[in-house]
Amino acid sequence: MSAAVIVTGLVKQFGRFAALRGVSAEFAAQRLYAILGDNGAGKTTLLRALAGLTPPTGGSISMLGTTDLRSVCGQLGYMAHPSLLYDEMSGMENLRYFARLYDVADCDCRCAGVIHAVKLDPLLTRPVGQYSQGMRQRMSLARALLNDPKILLLDEPFSNVDLRSAREMVSLLMGLRDNGKTIFVVTHQASLLEGAADEFVWMEAGQIVSRTPDLQPQETR
Amino acid sequence: MKRAFPILAVLTGVLLGYALHQALVTAPTEQTMGDVQRIFYYHVPSAWTAFILFFVNFFASIVYLIWRANKADIVALVTAEVGVVFCTVVLVTGPIWARPVWGIWWTWDLRLTLTLVLWLIYVSYLVLRRFSSSGQTPLLAAVLAVFGALDVPLVYFSIWFFRTQHPQPVIGGGGSIDPRMLHVLLINWLAFSCFAALVCWSRYRLEVLRRDVDETLALEALLEPRGSQTRISPTGRAG
Amino acid sequence: MSTVASLTRATLAKDLRLEWRSKDAINSMLFFSLLVVVIFSFSFDPTAEESRQIAGGLVWVAFLFAAVVALNQTWAREMRNQVLDAYRVSPAPPNALFLAKVIGNFIFVTVLQALMTPLFIVFYNLRALGPAYQLPIVAALGTWALVVNGTFFAAMSLRTRSREIMLPLLLFPISIPALLAMVEATGAILTGEFSARFWIVLLAAYDVVFTIASLFLFGFVLQAE
Repeated sequence: MSAAVIVTGLVKQFGRFAALRGVSAEFAAQRLYAILGDNGAGKTTLLRALAGLTPPTGGSISMLGTTDLRSVCGQLGYMAHPSLLYDEMSGMENLRYFARLYDVADCDCRCAGVIHAVKLDPLLTRPVGQYSQGMRQRMSLARALLNDPKILLLDEPFSNVDLRSAREMVSLLMGLRDNGKTIFVVTHQASLLEGAADEFVWMEAGQIVSRTPDLQPQETR
Repeated sequence: MKRAFPILAVLTGVLLGYALHQALVTAPTEQTMGDVQRIFYYHVPSAWTAFILFFVNFFASIVYLIWRANKADIVALVTAEVGVVFCTVVLVTGPIWARPVWGIWWTWDLRLTLTLVLWLIYVSYLVLRRFSSSGQTPLLAAVLAVFGALDVPLVYFSIWFFRTQHPQPVIGGGGSIDPRMLHVLLINWLAFSCFAALVCWSRYRLEVLRRDVDETLALEALLEPRGSQTRISPTGRAG
Repeated sequence: MSTVASLTRATLAKDLRLEWRSKDAINSMLFFSLLVVVIFSFSFDPTAEESRQIAGGLVWVAFLFAAVVALNQTWAREMRNQVLDAYRVSPAPPNALFLAKVIGNFIFVTVLQALMTPLFIVFYNLRALGPAYQLPIVAALGTWALVVNGTFFAAMSLRTRSREIMLPLLLFPISIPALLAMVEATGAILTGEFSARFWIVLLAAYDVVFTIASLFLFGFVLQAE
């Protein structure tokens, strides 16, 4: 299976703070990767670098066979802890707008379909700002899925989400992975992905320290 | 190259001294204005020097935008800083000259007004450099410099036409200039240009050193194990 | 392939719809504009003979202050919930976003002007002695000049400290030739003493130069972290 993402010697510094210190890894396609680590390990920075939001200070990223991230950005889905949605519009209205950004065909049908997939109601007219956190995260995930991306980058999708919603999201992600997507999930709640993730990637101090197929207690480092 | 700096310094010192003597002693006294007119030899060359420095800044900013050369960014920073200083000289000497001679502190004289607008643009440029986070500063500053440069011809034409509609006194008088005065003017300009080059060069070297130190510290932070680093979170959350 | 035009239209429609729904910004702005007109009218004696000559300056300075308050909230909605990241991550061209914001601001500021102008006419007993049909042209060109640079610098100041002060600090010096043109053109039309044609051409040139420059350089500013 060809690698979906190849990262070589990735370095990101903010002034004197090195968020990423030479990360090198290959990530195969059609897998669900859980990226774990303490606060400050560089997980969010890595994800943002992959999304093209943070230009690296050094090293390179190859995505879907190219180092020009801008050319493949239409095949990426990105989700972060802020909802990336307009609080004053309803879920459907938000998605309709973002579908325009990706030039999604058959817009209304696709938006409704994605909202159904995250187990929300497309006809809900309540503005997103009034959603519960769980609903908001799910709608944000729906937005990330609009363009049927090959690669999904999810940063803390389960934080502050109720257990039931979180479990539903995980099974959705497994289904998406089985359909051919490559999914990266940054999370502190590793247990949620036990049995779902293909690989657990441990980061510490800006580097990847280990990659394990199972969730094992970390050895003393 | 290193040896050129002291040579330039000495040359500048000599030129400045010579130019000062020329301006204050040797140059003929102006008929109507008297000795006050001698400030002209500081006012005009400062303006020319400032304009040249800003032109270099524009050039360096374009180079940065196209090639992202760090050196170009340093040149832009340096010329902006020194240019603002020379602009300030123009803006201070203008009223000092105008008051005893024409009885007014200020007039919307073409040169003076253009200098004022340039001064404002470049001070805002320096404020932008100071207030933006260090990663983005060169890019944002270069963009602003391009905007400023595009503005200059528009400023020139707007003031020029404004003056035809609302006639204003002209500081320095129009018309031809006595060749002896022109000679002194050019000597002073040469001295000021050398001085500007000297200061720019020093400031350039200082900035290069400063950035080298920053890079070394950054590299150190990259290589050493974490623990004692200050954590500045990029997105407001650590991780 | 989604063209810049259709995306601009979609973004503009979204912004107008959101603005219409909340109406907070527009209501407070309208009231602020009213206050500005009243304060100016108190400060500069409206019955003086020269009022027609200074009205150009007064009106445009008042518009400028109102515009800055409007411009400062251009990107507010995109900064909440980091929506701007969603735009940056998508393949959508940055210029569509920029144009939509500029046009939105243009509409916004024009609405404010539509409120302020009759008030100024009333307080200053204004009457155009020159060709009055030129006034809307000057207003449109002048407003575009302020709004195109203002939107651009508002985006730049997102990456700086003291965001609200950074915008006018960057905008005012660059806008000087446009301001001079607006003031002089308005004065010329009101007094009928000069032709405003040069100033109108200068404003048009200013608009063209800076619209092109902004479109060219906005991509850089958006992608800056």
